[in-house]
Amino acid sequence: MNGASAASAVNGYTRTAVALHWVVALIVFGSFPLGLYMVDLPLSPWKLKLYSWHKWAGVTVFMLALVRLAWRTAHPAPPPAAGVPAWQRRAASATHVLLYLLLLVIPLTGWLMSSAKGFQTVYFGIVPLPDLLPKDKALGDALALVHRSLNYLLATLVVVHMGAALKHHLVDRDETLARMLPFLRKRAESP
Amino acid sequence: MKRLLAAAAVAALVLPATAQAAEYNRVLADRSQIGFVSKQMGVPVEGRFGRFAAQVSFDPARPDAGRAQIEVDLASIDTGSQEADDEVKSKNWFNVKAFPTARFVSSGLRALGEGRYEIAGRMTLKGRTRDLRLPVTLRQDGSGVRFEGVFQLKRLEWGIGEGPWADVDTVADEVQVRFRIALAAGAA
Repeated sequence: MNGASAASAVNGYTRTAVALHWVVALIVFGSFPLGLYMVDLPLSPWKLKLYSWHKWAGVTVFMLALVRLAWRTAHPAPPPAAGVPAWQRRAASATHVLLYLLLLVIPLTGWLMSSAKGFQTVYFGIVPLPDLLPKDKALGDALALVHRSLNYLLATLVVVHMGAALKHHLVDRDETLARMLPFLRKRAESP
Repeated sequence: MKRLLAAAAVAALVLPATAQAAEYNRVLADRSQIGFVSKQMGVPVEGRFGRFAAQVSFDPARPDAGRAQIEVDLASIDTGSQEADDEVKSKNWFNVKAFPTARFVSSGLRALGEGRYEIAGRMTLKGRTRDLRLPVTLRQDGSGVRFEGVFQLKRLEWGIGEGPWADVDTVADEVQVRFRIALAAGAA
């Protein structure tokens, strides 16, 4: 038991890093389709609720992304599995950098868009975030386009990220995915 | 002596009026505003009415004689987004087809001191009429004056936002109304 946890500290991510990864993944997987769905709804109390929930989710993702970066600084990520070619290492780290960047920038563009559209963001209906931009319809529409485009970029990168993880697990049969999904490792170790 | 008295009497009647620049009764539409702040999911959202007609007369020397009548064109509402503008004109909200205007008619003005007044009057909105007492503040505005006031009304008491919108967790019942009416000393 001691040996296993010591090994995972060297080869794997900390439990906190794994938990943060999946919490952020879950929120992103919820708020992305939510965003696509809510924008075309006719105005209703339901729509106002969804918009608020989407904004709260975005603020949460932003803060958790900062926590993840801080945690990662103190607890560096494990090195790539042995035998991964250099171009794949570079591709992986570029994808990770971009993913982190988008987890920060996308909520920011949403926040700025809200300000420009004249609807302040109030976290959980309690904590008002300052309006960083004055109300400006053209600017709001432009930011909406930026927000939407960056989300498509994020979705594309997430597909690449997931595809690479699955490839490691199913084709290379290495530890890469199991480091983020500890139950896979237990299954692999038990027989 | 008689003539002198007569002259004094005339002066007494005329002078205060001219010295006080008489009555403020010309509404300066471009410097007047009627707006509101609603709360949606805890978020304060500002809006305003683009068109309203106001007849106001106010003489600082005789505040009791002041009167005001304001008629707001509800279809001129600006909530900050087109879809909300369309929504609030519909039946569940103002139902502007059936009730195109909101009207306030004063019944009395009471000086409270230090430039503060209370206007009593009746407001008619969406077929409902109620007595209101509105606190207002009088301020000097260039050569004219302006009345400013803020008051709260409960939208559900007026049937504003019915059906699914009656849910006050989404749109709060309390709506803050803010108004500013600028007046110039006018042609009598």
